[in-house]
Amino acid sequence: MIRLEPRASVPPLVAAAVPVGAGVAALALAAVPLMLAGVDVGRAFALMAGGALGSTFAVTETLTRATPLVFTGLAAAVAFRARLWNIGGEGQLYAGALAAVAVGAGAVTLPPLLMVPLVVVAGMLAGALLMVVPTIMRTRFGVDEVVTTLLSNFVVVLFVSMMLDGPLKDPMGGGWPQSAPILAEAELPRLVAQTRLHAGLVMALAAALLVYGLDRFTVWGFEARAVGLNPAAARFAGLRVNATFLRVGALSGALAGLAGVSEVIGLKGYLTTDLSPGFGYTGIVVAMLAMLNPLGVVASAVFLAAVFVGADSMGRALGVSTYIASLIVALSLVSMLVGQMFLTWRVRLGRGAAAAGGRP
Amino acid sequence: MSLPVLDIDRVTKRFGALLANDAVSLSLDRGEVLALLGENGAGKTTLMSILFGHYVADEGEVRVAGPDGRMAPLPPGSPKAAIAAGIGMVHQHFALADSLSAFDNIVLGTEPLWRPWRAPRPERQRLEGLMADSGLAVDLAVPAGRLTVGERQRVEILKALYRDARILVLDEPTAVLTPQEADGLFATLDKLTARGLSVIFISHKLGEVLAVADRVAVLRQGRKVFEAANDGLDRGTLAEAMVGRPLAPPQRPAVRRGPPVLVLDGVGVPGRQGRAGLEAAELTVHAGEVVGIAGVSGNGQEALAAVISGLAAPTAGRVLVDGAPLAPRPAAAVAAGIGRIPEDRHRDGVVGDMSVEENLVLEDLFGPGTQRRGLLRFGAIRRRALKAIADYDVRCPGPAAKVRALSGGNMQKLLLARALEPEPTLVVAAQPSRGLDIGATQAVHARLLAACARGAAVLLISEDLDELMALSDRLYVIFHGRLAEAGSPDALDVRRIGLMMAGQPAEAA
Repeated sequence: MIRLEPRASVPPLVAAAVPVGAGVAALALAAVPLMLAGVDVGRAFALMAGGALGSTFAVTETLTRATPLVFTGLAAAVAFRARLWNIGGEGQLYAGALAAVAVGAGAVTLPPLLMVPLVVVAGMLAGALLMVVPTIMRTRFGVDEVVTTLLSNFVVVLFVSMMLDGPLKDPMGGGWPQSAPILAEAELPRLVAQTRLHAGLVMALAAALLVYGLDRFTVWGFEARAVGLNPAAARFAGLRVNATFLRVGALSGALAGLAGVSEVIGLKGYLTTDLSPGFGYTGIVVAMLAMLNPLGVVASAVFLAAVFVGADSMGRALGVSTYIASLIVALSLVSMLVGQMFLTWRVRLGRGAAAAGGRP
Repeated sequence: MSLPVLDIDRVTKRFGALLANDAVSLSLDRGEVLALLGENGAGKTTLMSILFGHYVADEGEVRVAGPDGRMAPLPPGSPKAAIAAGIGMVHQHFALADSLSAFDNIVLGTEPLWRPWRAPRPERQRLEGLMADSGLAVDLAVPAGRLTVGERQRVEILKALYRDARILVLDEPTAVLTPQEADGLFATLDKLTARGLSVIFISHKLGEVLAVADRVAVLRQGRKVFEAANDGLDRGTLAEAMVGRPLAPPQRPAVRRGPPVLVLDGVGVPGRQGRAGLEAAELTVHAGEVVGIAGVSGNGQEALAAVISGLAAPTAGRVLVDGAPLAPRPAAAVAAGIGRIPEDRHRDGVVGDMSVEENLVLEDLFGPGTQRRGLLRFGAIRRRALKAIADYDVRCPGPAAKVRALSGGNMQKLLLARALEPEPTLVVAAQPSRGLDIGATQAVHARLLAACARGAAVLLISEDLDELMALSDRLYVIFHGRLAEAGSPDALDVRRIGLMMAGQPAEAA
């Protein structure tokens, strides 16, 4: 018989093993549809690994793909730590990207040392604003932010589409709904020549370190954790509950906005409505896999990016649909949710199963 | 002649390394009231859960008398079998559906599932017969949510009797009752036991155990350590058996009464969710005195604690602390030198998933001892926690342990350390010993009296009259949001306070 006992504390080894185990489980479960598709599973995984990590080019592609995921993963982790459910990363990403082209595609011209920060700040403000509104609606009126942020994604993407067919449409774009290219002064430099890897990765890593430091060492992070874990006790103790939610919401939105900025000024150079293949949503999986740890976000973003890039190249080689990548991401989330059970419960084998979780 | 109806035979139950019940044997005779005493974690609830089929014993057996009086083993792990064998349980927290009538609540679950229509007449007749026989009168048509606590308890007992209970387990039945309502319950129990019902009465109020029980059994650390007929027993003997060591009653220190620290001047606070607020409350607490607030739960105690803790703004009147009006913010209350012990320590007191040291600095997060330029001072926080853990005897694995894993008593000691360490001029303690065992309760009392001896004004809001009588210099009674001064406990008797708690004016009482 199997019994579950509540854990008093989580051993570090278990805490590390759960996300790794979830990733492995997701890959193992993905073998089933691969087999059903009639391909050699071993070869498929070998091709995936090679495609994601097998060459300098493959590694730079994986890191390029990981960059926006670090931002959106951080956005989700910051908010979720305070129990603020920001599901609007996708919309905030597009809002950031829209602000970046609105400012960076000719409206203002400054030297690069000023231009890049200006575009970055504009994108962060746009993302923050988009998250601040649902946060205020929650703290003031009790409106569920899961619903408002989720729905805002569609509104923002449609708004972007409208702008790209209207005021922001590139007159030289040959009729395609895309923005004018951003100025060269606003572009981020490439990190490795002949590849797509850009300085957005450095920004993402800096953001992860900053968020980690904020969370771990400052009063600000302490307050956010306390408010998230027990708002009633935080209020009783005199912490500024609503102000904390606002700050957390603004930071989360700004981080998601940065994902859009970095994609536009680092990678694409202009904005279209297919800028993001769901980076905002995948960010939630990234954050969950990282157990909301800002440094863990970097690792899980690289893992999921490798899955995407590897599955792409494997799919091309074997003729398997690249949806397998989305499947693995989804399986990772499910495995992680299941795996979290091991963090709160300790599994014991023995008799007396009727007393699951019982305390005298 | 005694007829056994229940025989718990050497029941052992382990939870991991913890021995919750260690070969506990108990027997119960027809028409007998057996009081089961023990501190939190002594194994009372585990034993009753085994009896009711929620847990399965690791060893041992439970035997119950059938209708013919023959003892037969009770199938383990089946609440259904327990009910069928005539065991009824009334929990401390009632399990009634508020929107259903008392009648529906009682009958619920006994009607055949596949009968599409209802034929309430024979059931109502049977129930009215039961009420007449037992003296348990309830208006059956009223929704349970509109009944008083005492009436709801009667519905719960009727529910058990309606299911032909021959053994009734009452878990802390008087915790929510006024002394008069408790007397009513005891009279009912007398009537029911005279008709052959057997009762297991779980309590930690020694006075009422002595008043109502035929026999007393005490559990400590999973073992039955004491059992005797209630014949010449006294409180001291039982308390010692529960705690395992001799106990000294709290000593009120002789302190000179100082100037007024807390003044409520015509304070009004609106009630919330069916619980009373405050109406034109007048209250003064001086330095160096303990003022007790007696009352039945839900009569405005929450509003009183909230308005002094900075959680609620008065809609009328003024709250003065050291002569200055108190701003309705918790941080302002902390800054004004108010040490606060919240009523619901899990909800308002601690952040369970944060560590002991983090919880200890929660009220002083912006103080120079906790942070410098927004950065947390981990060394200072750790040193402070180690001192508080030692000074207040907080039993925990360490300062980094999560508070969720602490027992209620240790959680409360942590909150005492947080509230009292800054040497507040005013202490507001709401139900500070609720749910705590005798040892932890004593520690709480000693700390409150020590604060008073230091010169703090202490406001003690409690539903435990024994506690109030032992600690308070002056008593107020709260009823329907109105405060009435009752005077010094030395010159008062419990009856009179009980009448005031039930809403009778002091003069008439």
